[in-house]
Amino acid sequence: MLLQVQSLTKTYPAAPGTDAARHVLSGVSLTLDAGETLALTGESGSGKSTLMTLIAGLDRPDSGQIRIEGADIAGWPDRRLAQMRRRQIGLIFQQFNLIPSLDVAANLAFQARLAGRFDQGWTAIVAQRLGLDGHLSLYPEQLSGGQQQRVAIGRALAARPALVLADEPTGNLDEATADRVIDLMLELVIDSGAGLLMVTHSSRLAARLGRRTHLSHGRLA
Amino acid sequence: MKRAAAHALWSHWRRHPGQALTLVLGLALATALWTGVQAINAEARASYARATAVLTQDAQTTLIARDGGTIPVATYVRLRRAGWQVAPVLEGTTRLAGRTVTLLGLDPLSGPVLPQTAPLGSGGIAPFIGPPGQLYAAPDTAAQLNGAVQPEIVVSDDLPPDHLIGDIALVARLLGRPDHLTRLVLAPAQATDLPPLDQIAPALIRADPAPGSDLAGLTDSFHLNLTAFAALAFAVGLFIVHSAIGLAFEQRRPMYRTLRALGLSARALTGLLALELLAVALMAGLLGVAMGYGIAAALLPDVAATLRGLYGAPARDSLGLRPGWIAAGLLMSLLGTVVAGGQALWRLHRLPILASAAPRAWRRASTKGLGWQGGLAGLLLLAAGLLTQTAAPPHLGSAFASLAAMMLGAALALPPLLAGLLALGTRLARGPVAQWFWADSQQQLPGLSLALMALLLALAANIGVSTMVGSFRTTFTGWLDQRLVADVYIDAGSPETAQAVLPALRQTATAILPRITTEARLNGHPGEVQLLSDDHSYRDHWPLLSPAAGVWEGLAEGRGALINEQLAYRSGLAPGDPVTLDGTALPILAIYSDYGNPRPQAIVGAATFAALFPDRAVQRYGLHMDPEDLPALRLDLEGRFGLRPDQIIDQASIKAASLRVFEQTFTVTAALNVLTLGVAGVAILTSLLTLASLRLPQIAPLWALGMTRARLGQLELLRAGVLALFTAILALPVGLALAWILLARVNVAAFGWRLPMVLFPGDWALLGGIAVLAALAAAAWPARRLATRPAADLLKVFASER
Repeated sequence: MLLQVQSLTKTYPAAPGTDAARHVLSGVSLTLDAGETLALTGESGSGKSTLMTLIAGLDRPDSGQIRIEGADIAGWPDRRLAQMRRRQIGLIFQQFNLIPSLDVAANLAFQARLAGRFDQGWTAIVAQRLGLDGHLSLYPEQLSGGQQQRVAIGRALAARPALVLADEPTGNLDEATADRVIDLMLELVIDSGAGLLMVTHSSRLAARLGRRTHLSHGRLA
Repeated sequence: MKRAAAHALWSHWRRHPGQALTLVLGLALATALWTGVQAINAEARASYARATAVLTQDAQTTLIARDGGTIPVATYVRLRRAGWQVAPVLEGTTRLAGRTVTLLGLDPLSGPVLPQTAPLGSGGIAPFIGPPGQLYAAPDTAAQLNGAVQPEIVVSDDLPPDHLIGDIALVARLLGRPDHLTRLVLAPAQATDLPPLDQIAPALIRADPAPGSDLAGLTDSFHLNLTAFAALAFAVGLFIVHSAIGLAFEQRRPMYRTLRALGLSARALTGLLALELLAVALMAGLLGVAMGYGIAAALLPDVAATLRGLYGAPARDSLGLRPGWIAAGLLMSLLGTVVAGGQALWRLHRLPILASAAPRAWRRASTKGLGWQGGLAGLLLLAAGLLTQTAAPPHLGSAFASLAAMMLGAALALPPLLAGLLALGTRLARGPVAQWFWADSQQQLPGLSLALMALLLALAANIGVSTMVGSFRTTFTGWLDQRLVADVYIDAGSPETAQAVLPALRQTATAILPRITTEARLNGHPGEVQLLSDDHSYRDHWPLLSPAAGVWEGLAEGRGALINEQLAYRSGLAPGDPVTLDGTALPILAIYSDYGNPRPQAIVGAATFAALFPDRAVQRYGLHMDPEDLPALRLDLEGRFGLRPDQIIDQASIKAASLRVFEQTFTVTAALNVLTLGVAGVAILTSLLTLASLRLPQIAPLWALGMTRARLGQLELLRAGVLALFTAILALPVGLALAWILLARVNVAAFGWRLPMVLFPGDWALLGGIAVLAALAAAAWPARRLATRPAADLLKVFASER
């Protein structure tokens, strides 16, 4: 099993001026195998992004288990979680979050090099398949939104992660561009043998993934 | 509507109290250093004005003894009987109640020759001249002496500190000099049928009020130096203000657009922000003036000691509140705000409603602007170079203009140079983190440029001034060793005593070097001529600037004169040229350095001196002797001939006193140096703090990609250290150029002497280390905040995308 989430709960303390704590996740469980693609849908505030950040080790659950390739990450220290993100996780954000000071080539290679598994041949293939081979010396600010998201996808996949976590990867793109980007992402994920967990609002996009699950008020439907 | 708009605009500061603090503190610091120095200058100038008003005879023509000694009372009586309108003055220093004071004895009955002995008017003349008499003194001097000395001391606000004025008979008694006068003040209107001076009193000469004796003129260069330093510190402070205002404007751009879209006119918006700046300027100005008062009060005692020691200028230790510098401080604060915030206001006024914030585009524009900035910097540096070469002899105005052009040019050149170095680092970097580090540093450069420019200026000023002071100290110490060749110096006080003590001196000393100095006109300038005996100690040590064969033989045989560097610069003289000494032309054999003496001076051999000034007799001697014999000689001279302790001085005491004055002179400079560096440190801290919040969206993805917060914090720290190190390296040539201009141009123009430049690489390394440490200290807080930042803060970066 690539990813196993069990009985996950997360509550945020009450905001100043309010009494009630926010129960964002309540006993969420899910699994994902290598090579499998899973869409996580849900309305705004349903806890989708929180679930993603917990799986990525960016935040800690109150209770429950998160196992990635069999290892429970719940009690890991920051250093170990950071190492896991470098080596096992590929993160794709809605706002792309490229590194503005590095050109496209450096952005694509960044995580792979950080993880110590940079493969120039594979990175070139990723760039070429994403249609970025003509833009390698450009900087993020010189690219369109679609191009930037393709770089973000390339950055995640060039590191050959076991698990790709994509949080609304097409949320900032028009429909046609979003379709093209999703096509490319799915192709590359499947070819690399990674598992994909994608958060999306769009039922249309969710339908293109192997499986889908719906989160509502912190519980899986 | 405006009230609502103002509320919205100003709410920014409530949400960003650190930024508000930065702005006010930066402006207050800048104003404080400026105001502090202006307060010091104002206090010192007020002291000069008081001194000049009271000791007004300094601005009148006087009669003085040709030999520089005292005037017998009989000579004065002879002049008065012949119809000369002269007033006697007796001046001398003595110790009263453990304090060294200058006593000035006047004869108020000689009026109207001395019409302006102003402080004496209130109590009437009778208690002043009648027994037991009165002494007038400044409040602080009077407070220390009253009760400890007789007679009564009357407080006068018009007197400079450590000066007491009394009736001439009383002062003569206190000084123990009943039959001698120091000078005779000549009334402006004299009868036309007077017997000539050289007939009735041939031992006297007229001494016009020389420009060199004007305290304000003499100390102008000192105050100019302080003002230049204060201006530099003010400029460094303005970098903080500019940075804070610029960032606040950038952060509020979306709000401006919203307010404009909601119907607020550009004019009204600009007006509100101008009002905001005015409030900040006034608040910071008041704070700065208060801080400036503190700085001035702390530094004034050292400045006063310097002015008294180096220039003999009376200056008070205590600081008064003067409306002039308070108003000037507030005005500078306003002016600084206009300079620092004007650009932001202008940009806001022209901001289209639909313009996007586009911080990246702003950075790209900054990168494009680097080329222009580099070009402008090159032009300014070229202008600085040309300005140092154009004026010969050096002119103070052009020297300071070249300094300003060089400092501004260097500051402008810094960002392009740093960008080049960081680009090189990016190219050479191996590994993703190193590559990101260098590339990201390049991207941060526009936000940090102003703080780094401030650091460059502070470091360059430190290197420049410490090189100048170090060069001065090395040269001055060596020069003292050269000039003070005798082991003991005796001032017999009169030619008769000088003759009388000679047998006693011969018994103890291995060599006796007669010393005579007389007032004379040197190439038309009032100055002095000194006799120098033909002795091996002078030949071996005298600080000649251009030693040549046969100089000493020529001097002994009367074939020429030596002149000091001040006279050479003032009159454009070189060895071989003739110099006129009281109308007699002599060829110049060599030029010697004469640090600390503002007056022209010439040296001639014994035969020439006797020919030029036949009526001058020896009153002083330099002795070569075993210092261990000094106590016995002192006892003998004091016991048998009535010499005072201050008439017998050993070389070590003179050196110690001279070096003490020297060190005091630069205490203020050192303090201003440290304060300026401190302001630069604050500039870095504030820039990093304000950038820290803007940087979160750039840092968060790196954390998400697997870099720990601690590592990112360490890299932030490393970046500050690297940028400070690069800045320190680039500041070195700027500092050395600054030192060169100070030594070879400013000093020559201000004092008339040029100092050799001595390099102190150890000091540079230390300063570089301090700069890096200061930057690390400034970056430590923002870096620690990043390293310990809650994950929730970083997650907001991703969450806020929706």
